Amino acid sequence: MAFRNYILVCGGTGCESSRADDIYKNLIAECEAQGVKDEVQIVKTGCFGFCEQGPIVKILPEDSFYVQVKPEDAKELISEHIIKGREVTRLLYNKDKSHKHAQVEEIEFYQKQFRIVLRNCGFIDPEKIDEYIARDGYSALEKVLFDMTPDEIIGELKTSGLRGRGGAGFPTWMKWNFTKMAENDQKFVVCNADEGDPGAYMDRSTLEGDPHTVLEAMTICGKAIGANQGYIYIRAEYPLAIHRLEVAMEQAREYGLLGKDILGSGFDFDIEIRLGAGAFVCGEETALLQSIEGFRGMPQPRPPFPAVKGLWQKPTCINNVETWANIPVIINKGGAWFQKIGTADSHGTKVFALTGKIKNSGLVEVPMGTTLREIVFDVGGGIANGKEFKAVQTGGPSGGVITKENLDTPIDFGGLQKIGSMMGSGGMIVMDEDDCIVDVAKFYLNFTVDESCGKCAPCRIGGRSLLNILEKITNGKGTQRDIDNIHSIGLAMRKGSLCALGQTAPNPILSSLKYFPEEYKAHIEEKRCPAGKCKKLISYSINVDKCIGCTACARKCPVGAISGERKQAHIIDQAACIKCGACLVACKFGAVEVH
Amino acid sequence: MAKMTLEELRNLRASKQKSLQKRSIEGKEGQIIIGMGTCGIAAGAKTVLDAFLSELDAKGITNISVTQTGCMGLCHVEPTVEVVVPNMPDVIYGNVDAKVAKQIVQDHLIDHKLVSDHVFDRPAADIYVKDGDK
Ligand SMILES: Cc1cc2nc3c(=O)[nH]c(=O)nc-3n(C[C@H](O)[C@H](O)[C@H](O)COP(=O)(O)O)c2cc1C
Ligand code: SF4
Ligand code: SF4
Ligand code: FES
Repeated sequence: MAFRNYILVCGGTGCESSRADDIYKNLIAECEAQGVKDEVQIVKTGCFGFCEQGPIVKILPEDSFYVQVKPEDAKELISEHIIKGREVTRLLYNKDKSHKHAQVEEIEFYQKQFRIVLRNCGFIDPEKIDEYIARDGYSALEKVLFDMTPDEIIGELKTSGLRGRGGAGFPTWMKWNFTKMAENDQKFVVCNADEGDPGAYMDRSTLEGDPHTVLEAMTICGKAIGANQGYIYIRAEYPLAIHRLEVAMEQAREYGLLGKDILGSGFDFDIEIRLGAGAFVCGEETALLQSIEGFRGMPQPRPPFPAVKGLWQKPTCINNVETWANIPVIINKGGAWFQKIGTADSHGTKVFALTGKIKNSGLVEVPMGTTLREIVFDVGGGIANGKEFKAVQTGGPSGGVITKENLDTPIDFGGLQKIGSMMGSGGMIVMDEDDCIVDVAKFYLNFTVDESCGKCAPCRIGGRSLLNILEKITNGKGTQRDIDNIHSIGLAMRKGSLCALGQTAPNPILSSLKYFPEEYKAHIEEKRCPAGKCKKLISYSINVDKCIGCTACARKCPVGAISGERKQAHIIDQAACIKCGACLVACKFGAVEVH
Repeated sequence: MAKMTLEELRNLRASKQKSLQKRSIEGKEGQIIIGMGTCGIAAGAKTVLDAFLSELDAKGITNISVTQTGCMGLCHVEPTVEVVVPNMPDVIYGNVDAKVAKQIVQDHLIDHKLVSDHVFDRPAADIYVKDGDK
């Protein structure tokens, strides 16, 4: 027999620690006591991503979302909800159900996640154009082809307040307007899908999950600015996204939504894919255009901006994948609707890729102005393995760290800049107490030094010098002068580099230096790495009082640096030890110590 | 299909809208939707897809379609699978492997029971208003 109700009890670590298990047991007992055992299935689930309001109990099929449930509430939940079919209002998250369809401002309060860009991701089959169409797909295109003038389209964008999601946050309507105003018989539309920051995969996932939204948006732009050809620049290392784009383009052409005389409107537009080889600098717009033209991807001085002289010297409108994905929704729902979401400085939502030491890594889309605390602790479920939160790096290799003190800063373009980081494309790497801040800065710098195109001396030489300094510091050879040098080299790079890669490369160091001066100091003055990460500054040893001679460590050591008889205290040969830490993990008695 | 006119596109949308809401495509009564983004595939979504196909075959179930979708945003519990069948609430399962896939077919599809310990949800799914709801 089928069950009448399903009760989902959150079994995530957050809720477990607030007695979710007792709730689970009580619910089972109550079902039995009240005679509905066979009609209800009680299930323990994974984390709902809403730990702050835990423990969470959800009852299906009514979809009632109960929060802060106590074990004592089990009786009432069964007798009221299950038997009498009445929701237990005092425990509901959304107490006033009638408000569910109220205006955006009201609902916003309840929303942690709000999906505009990812509206179709994980919902439709990306390889079926019909499913996209069923979710209002290509209706924005209909609207602009038949009911709107180019100025009205751009006006709608202006009202929406949409700013570019590729990093710089430039108002999208202005970019479109410049390209529209530029007089030329040929113009181009370009989608920047290069996405190469470490830890970022928002754009790739969007293309994989909903390729048509980008195609539709580019066609809309073509109509607005007067272009008939678009290019999607994507790295060859994203084969699935490329495949889905190809399928989508094929289907759109078949339906007459791409190509000549779209929907009989007389407007022609087509798109081609251009593959990149995966150089980070090719994500910079002028380098990207060079790369499409077949040259080496090196940034060019601006002005002239691409909007005036872009691809093959023709006016070109270039936007980021996430920026594109917002466009059809703005056209459909209106700029005014979009404008209400977010903050005064930044409207709409932002997709972040949460990675690092976070419990629920994944893609999140939240309204602008959400705080980092909400993202990390509510949506992300907090730090994995019960460790202490240390910082979050936003903006990838161009950004900086956000520390505990700034957890409540609303995240938008301006807010992040104020605290010395930046929005960037949306990678968020979460660090815990085990991460060494100097080591993290070194990681990012290593990346930018590798990816510098080498055109400008400050970027090429400055980056390398900064990296050398960090090497010195993490090897315990740093001096106070090095800190002064970091500042002056950083300044030179910021002032003297042509593109943002060089200009922002010092950011991770400067910001970590600002927020964690004591950690740099420990490396320099005490020759100590507080997080125990920098290999040259730590040593492993075995505490003879705790070691019981189980040989577990010796068997794990990859270089045979540990010696000792069974049941006798073991010893590490410091000269042979490569500081891999395997013994530390292997020892069950806490005998291996890091200094 | 040949190129469409505006009229045809609107008709197509209207007809597909209903079927997507019911999620019943071409005579199928239910759907198993597998998250096949790069994260899902890396975590073994392909094996899961195969497991579902062969298990449905083995059990002689023909009224359920298996489809793919992009990343659901629950990367920490990939592979994820959404099961939408009549008379059962829509559920997202996480950490699905071939064994769990078999269990889903038996428990969820045949016995109408949820598979404990693998139920996940779109993060706080009912706190944001789904796009189609308004
Ligand atoms: C080194 C470097 C790398 C960049 N990488 C990307 C990228 O991968 N994707 C992207 O959309 N923008 C990237 N940008 C930003 C682009 O130059 C440009 O600002 C963006 O494509 C504009 O689109 P938007 O206005 O929609 O944000 C990068 C910039 C620099 C300096
Ligand atoms: S700043 Fe660096 S990456 Fe940018 S153009 Fe100059 S050398 Fe190349
Ligand atoms: S840290 Fe690694 S190399 Fe050194 S003693 Fe332990 S296991 Fe051996
Ligand atoms: S542990 Fe229950 S919501 Fe996260």
